Amino acid sequence: MKLLRCPLNGPRNISEFVCWGEVADQPDPATADDLAWTDYLYFSNNTAGVVFEWWCHTPTSYWFIAERHTVSDDVIRTYTMDEFRAIRRDGR
Amino acid sequence: MPFGLLKYGLRRRYPARPDLPPEPDLRPAYDVVIVGGGGHGLAIAYYLAREHGITNVAVLEKNYIGGGNTGRNTTVIRSNYVTPESVRFYKAAVELYRDLSEELDVNLMYAERGQLTLAHNDASIRSFRLRAEVGKLLGTRIELIDPPAIRALVPALHMPEGGRYPILAGLWHQDGGLARHDAVAWGFAARAAERGVHIFQRTEVTGIDVESGRAVGVATNRGRIAAGAVVQAVAGYSSLLAKMAGFRLPIRTYPLQAMVTEPVKPFLEPLVSSAQLHAYVSQTARGELVIGGGSDPYELYSTRSTLDLKESLIQHTLELFPFLANVKLLRQWAGVTDMTPDYSPIMGESPVAGYWLDAGWGTYGFKATPASGRYMARAIATNRVPDILRPFALDRFRSLALVNEMGATAASH
Repeated sequence: MKLLRCPLNGPRNISEFVCWGEVADQPDPATADDLAWTDYLYFSNNTAGVVFEWWCHTPTSYWFIAERHTVSDDVIRTYTMDEFRAIRRDGR
Repeated sequence: MPFGLLKYGLRRRYPARPDLPPEPDLRPAYDVVIVGGGGHGLAIAYYLAREHGITNVAVLEKNYIGGGNTGRNTTVIRSNYVTPESVRFYKAAVELYRDLSEELDVNLMYAERGQLTLAHNDASIRSFRLRAEVGKLLGTRIELIDPPAIRALVPALHMPEGGRYPILAGLWHQDGGLARHDAVAWGFAARAAERGVHIFQRTEVTGIDVESGRAVGVATNRGRIAAGAVVQAVAGYSSLLAKMAGFRLPIRTYPLQAMVTEPVKPFLEPLVSSAQLHAYVSQTARGELVIGGGSDPYELYSTRSTLDLKESLIQHTLELFPFLANVKLLRQWAGVTDMTPDYSPIMGESPVAGYWLDAGWGTYGFKATPASGRYMARAIATNRVPDILRPFALDRFRSLALVNEMGATAASH
């Protein structure tokens, strides 16, 4: 079984997690036009390479971000939301 | 074909028929360049040549033809979907498959064995009833059947009346069947090449040339090729190619795993599947059991397999046929699939003029091969998308006119 390091629970079997896809910024629902909104709803970069993704450890309902390579399936790092916001601020 | 076969049988010598003519020289320009030499790309080339007389066509395949998902699927052919749009389209594919061996002069070993989907709860029975009524209305052979009828069709099936997965009803689809998937690709390739289509293997597209919003050619590892029209048919990698043309798709790539057992005595005539158990089983003409199931739980561009998924596949298959516990596995593999939000394909125009899409084939591409080939060819030749393909346009994600087939694809979710 592949292990994923949860920032809260440490390394756990990957079957305990669900992936919610690549992090994408939600446009403001009040001002977004149909094109921007359907883009956000349905379209995807579907990157073959390193991506930041939403993951949830379901037994504890703990949400975090994983940096994963979508070809090799290597998980480079996992981040708590605070850590992720910090690296985002630094412009990564 | 029967006469040809008889003549061949009565000959003194039996010369082998080459699968494909020797590879021609790459021209600097083609009327149509098809990216992807799987069943779909080759079928488009074949129908362009046969029905529209367009033979200045190149099919570019980065590896070998039929080596992607065409050779990795579980060869199921059926049309028991839930929306009228899908039923109409897949029914056209089933009808083309019936005559395809004759048409391509290749024995595809097409066998109309019927497909049986099992219901283990009331919600499934309700959705089966809907699918049966839609299918009947559109002229496919499909009906809801009860446990005694299921037992008569598949005497070897374990039929618990209680427990976690009781078998309450079945969706019996007589039009369901199987065919040899690699033969489909090679048959289309051979007959397209005979009509003048150029097929290039080991030829990888590295870029799409777009000039003022129009596709004018492709860049490859063998140089640039100018094109009147470009078609992409690269299941699993659709997003990457679309990115080269400059747009995104509503597609996410997931692996789909399958496996096959050692051959055993024939005991299973229909194809049996269960959506709740995420498993479907069929027995090949050689006696092997082909077993498929749900997609991987997260996105990945890799054909690796996992023990987790194989274990769950085996566990669920044993719910249906417990006596298979001692049968050994021969092979297991995976393919990478384009999953769309509504579990329906994307066919037709793209945001780039002269650039055609045949994508989003998820876990249901093989069964559609001749129909997508024929109608995509018609769209390209006439520059007008035929009505049967219109519901599957990329635009449906902008106008929110989705074609929801999530419940009728036995493989995922």
